[in-house]
Amino acid sequence: MTAEQRARSLGVHLVLIAYSLLAVGPILLVVMNSFKTRSAIFGSPLAPPDATTFSLVGYEKVFRSSHILTYYSNSLIVTLVSMALVLLFGAMAAWALTEYRFRGSTALALFLSIGIMVPIRLGSVAILNMMRSAGLNDTLTALILVYVAQGLPMSIFILSEFIQQIPKDLRDAARCDGVPETRIFFEVVAPLLRPAIATVAVFTIVPIWNDLWFPLILTSSDSTHTVTLGVQQFLGQYITDWNSVLAALSMAILPVVVIYVILSRQLIAGLTSGAVK
Amino acid sequence: MPESVSNITAQMPRAKLAGLLLFFLGPAVAIYSLFSIYPLVATMALSTYTSDPSGGRHFVGLANFQTLLGDALWSKPFWNAFGNNLIFFAVHMCVQNPIGIALAGLLSLPGLRLKGFYRTVMFLPTMLSVVIVGFSWNLILSPLWGVASGALKAVGLGSLFAPWLGLESSALVTLSLISVWQFVGIPMMLIYAALLNIPDELIDAARVDGLGHFRIFFHIKLPLVLPTISLVSVLTFVANFNAFDLIYSVKGALAGPNFATDILGTFFYRTFFGNQLQLGNPTMGSAVATVMFFIILVGLCLYLFLVQRRIRRFAF
Repeated sequence: MTAEQRARSLGVHLVLIAYSLLAVGPILLVVMNSFKTRSAIFGSPLAPPDATTFSLVGYEKVFRSSHILTYYSNSLIVTLVSMALVLLFGAMAAWALTEYRFRGSTALALFLSIGIMVPIRLGSVAILNMMRSAGLNDTLTALILVYVAQGLPMSIFILSEFIQQIPKDLRDAARCDGVPETRIFFEVVAPLLRPAIATVAVFTIVPIWNDLWFPLILTSSDSTHTVTLGVQQFLGQYITDWNSVLAALSMAILPVVVIYVILSRQLIAGLTSGAVK
Repeated sequence: MPESVSNITAQMPRAKLAGLLLFFLGPAVAIYSLFSIYPLVATMALSTYTSDPSGGRHFVGLANFQTLLGDALWSKPFWNAFGNNLIFFAVHMCVQNPIGIALAGLLSLPGLRLKGFYRTVMFLPTMLSVVIVGFSWNLILSPLWGVASGALKAVGLGSLFAPWLGLESSALVTLSLISVWQFVGIPMMLIYAALLNIPDELIDAARVDGLGHFRIFFHIKLPLVLPTISLVSVLTFVANFNAFDLIYSVKGALAGPNFATDILGTFFYRTFFGNQLQLGNPTMGSAVATVMFFIILVGLCLYLFLVQRRIRRFAF
């Protein structure tokens, strides 16, 4: 490496490190200060907590005065059930659209792709009316139904690309052996779609976990709030109590960050796999 | 794609094929139609009705739209929200895309070490909820905490600090920049993937011809990833004209100060759900949603007919 190349590479790293700091700095700052006493939060915001400034008072307050555990379990239920249904129904539909030739298949694919671009949020007025008249208002079921409808178009689109890449011989061999179509899908094709889960997750599951709009519109009681909405309302209520606010923010941040760090390799591979070109 | 359909499925009896299609497509099509397409259509239909105090609904044709665009009580806040939304979008286009392109360009440099680490760290904000991001920045920029003013002081720019989120003149741009900070990961990743897909031969040929890194990037790589950049732009357009969470969580439904940060999403929410100033109005809310739908549709059509077609004409 020549001196010039070394200088250039140093410059590139400096820019990337600076931007990385800008990207995680604010998150670190919030999480770090959530473990400190009130005076330390204001006295030395940039210092990490030490023996004298460490405090969990904010977390105690959040646990005492909000239903944070209920919010977590609601978010978990809604996200996991939606994800399972989005993947299952999405894969089934993608299979039928790519594998069988039938009249109207192009029209159907176009119909399904409307949902990729047009936000379902614009139908909120009618969704709320429907849920009210079906007695599903303020239930997790309502959220799940909306999220499945919202996630399906993108998941069908992504899964179709994956299914097209599966070698044809595999399913034709099974067909020659007289294996029924449903078993070909569930036992031969579906297991091969596992790598697609990460891609679908980035585009459909993360937005579900983070969504504020539909919980705000469709749920009204504490027992059905999700983490995003629950924390948002808590923040509004305790805005002057910095310990609690920072603790509540950290509690919303940490699970996502932990899961993201564990799965980041797959998630980023999924994002750059060419599903969206 | 006839070759992807095997002969066996093509020769299937019609009844059997119909059964299979019903089984495989039924659930997805039913849920999607019922909870996504039907509500969109029903909302548009509802926008042509009005409700009287007793709860009855009357068909009024396009009168709601006339009120929305013609009655100053409605049209002023609507155009204010629309204008703010345009600024919100413009800031994204002018800041998010160049930063995303620059970061993707750096990340795709051959032989760069710690690539995976940088990617993971820089994409992290995109994974978080907008509510959390908005509120965290709200604290950081707050004069009460003094982190932002302290940081500026440390580099000798202390006099530049102002409570940006609270001032009518700067609140909207500040919020737009917070949103850019969060979502810059998406253009970065998509453009990065597109840059990796450029065949090596092309770059090698340019290098043999004596082009430097910068000229290769601007004259060869950038034109080749233009389709991705326009895709990112249309994704940003749709997301921006339907944004709500950030403004609502930082500024509340009233999008203060003095509606300076009001965008179509918050305007829609106030109209439909109501707030301290007015009662919720589902039919007018539907009218606002319908207008938003057409704005997004215009954006999509411009993309499909102008940008897409152009790109195809110039591709190779």
